[in-house]
Amino acid sequence: MLDISPTEWTAILLSLRVATIATLVATPIGIGVAWLLARRDFWGKAFVDALIYLPLVLPPVVTGYLLLLTFGKRGLVGAWLSDHLGIVLAFRWTGAALACGVMSFPLLVRPIRLSIEAVDRRLEQAAATLGAAPWRVFLTVTLPLALPGVLAGMVLGFAKAIGEFGATITFVSNIPGETQTISSAIYSLIQTPDGDTAALRLVLVSIFIATAALLASELFARRATQRLHGN
Amino acid sequence: MLRVDIAKQLGDFTLEADFTSEGRVTGLFGASGAGKTSLINMIAGLVKPDRGTIALDGEVLDDIAAGLHVPPYRRRIGYVFQDARLFPHLDVRANLDYGRRMNGLADDPAQRKRVIELLDIGALLDRRPGKLSGGERQRVAFGRALLSKPKLLLLDEPLGALDEDRKREILPYLVRLRDEAGIPMVYVSHDAAELRQLATQIVMLKGGRITAFGGVKVLTP
Repeated sequence: MLDISPTEWTAILLSLRVATIATLVATPIGIGVAWLLARRDFWGKAFVDALIYLPLVLPPVVTGYLLLLTFGKRGLVGAWLSDHLGIVLAFRWTGAALACGVMSFPLLVRPIRLSIEAVDRRLEQAAATLGAAPWRVFLTVTLPLALPGVLAGMVLGFAKAIGEFGATITFVSNIPGETQTISSAIYSLIQTPDGDTAALRLVLVSIFIATAALLASELFARRATQRLHGN
Repeated sequence: MLRVDIAKQLGDFTLEADFTSEGRVTGLFGASGAGKTSLINMIAGLVKPDRGTIALDGEVLDDIAAGLHVPPYRRRIGYVFQDARLFPHLDVRANLDYGRRMNGLADDPAQRKRVIELLDIGALLDRRPGKLSGGERQRVAFGRALLSKPKLLLLDEPLGALDEDRKREILPYLVRLRDEAGIPMVYVSHDAAELRQLATQIVMLKGGRITAFGGVKVLTP
């Protein structure tokens, strides 16, 4: 039963690579955005807040199509990237990572924001009286104390990225070896006669990955909470 | 020398204070709600006055009319809070070292040793704040503030959260701190007995205004 074929392996490894890159690139951006939303008031904050959550409520196919319009070869950003930096995202695995990063961004940001909001500002004040400039207060006090939320956000974002389907297939299609992730491989297999067994294998693999990610996040969170309480 | 002449509106409450202190320990005395904490938060730079000036040893820290407000991290004013506020993710050693690191000061093992002995916290260095008693936590907070080598040390009811036994445990350390550390202090308290033991000068605050200023005898009704 679990005799995974080379094509299936390719899809699994691609999914892991796409989700890992998407999470690693989105995390620093997510931390910055979460900090802005948690600690700063600025003009247009409500708009930024809504924009971040938009991928969660829009049909994924809409997000994918917007990505294609923006980052496609003739898109505003896509044309510039390909002319000046030689970076092509459309129909490439890097594009899949972009789609996954955008789709998982709201899930990544939310726990980070909540955990930054939960950091006692009086500790940040104490750090300031000890000579720490605001960016050092962030790096030495706020971020370490918000670490459980950062890890939770990363795991949630990763899990979402692994499972992303609609925006990815719209933006970068379903090309085996390039953009065919576990989800799109399952979709293709279901459409193929006699594809059921292979589809089921990939279903089991994705359940395994998701469960492992959640267990890991639980473990990280528990360790980080112990740190937080100073034990 | 600490020179304060400020005003601040906090909701319905108006805080107005004008005093110059040259004492080693300036006791800021008043009931809760008199504006003591707001006043030292302004000296620390955590709160910006609406108008006025604050200067320490001739260096102007606030001059609202001139648009000057030195942020807390550039004031070199240490602050011991009533609730200690140790960093829970750092052990005692790292808490003590924090101010030195943030101010980019050279390592000074002799001073560290002196402070650790003065406060008797040598046995606590590897522990996290969560494993300390209230009195131990407060002693580490004194040490942390001292080791940042401040020009002035603010203490906001540092014994306020402790029971009588713990207070008796800490008070001798504070007397030693005053006599040996050589750093001018502003000591906030609503306890006249505490201030009689520690302060060399008293600023009495009531309803946001200074009602008396002078030696510790102003505490005697």
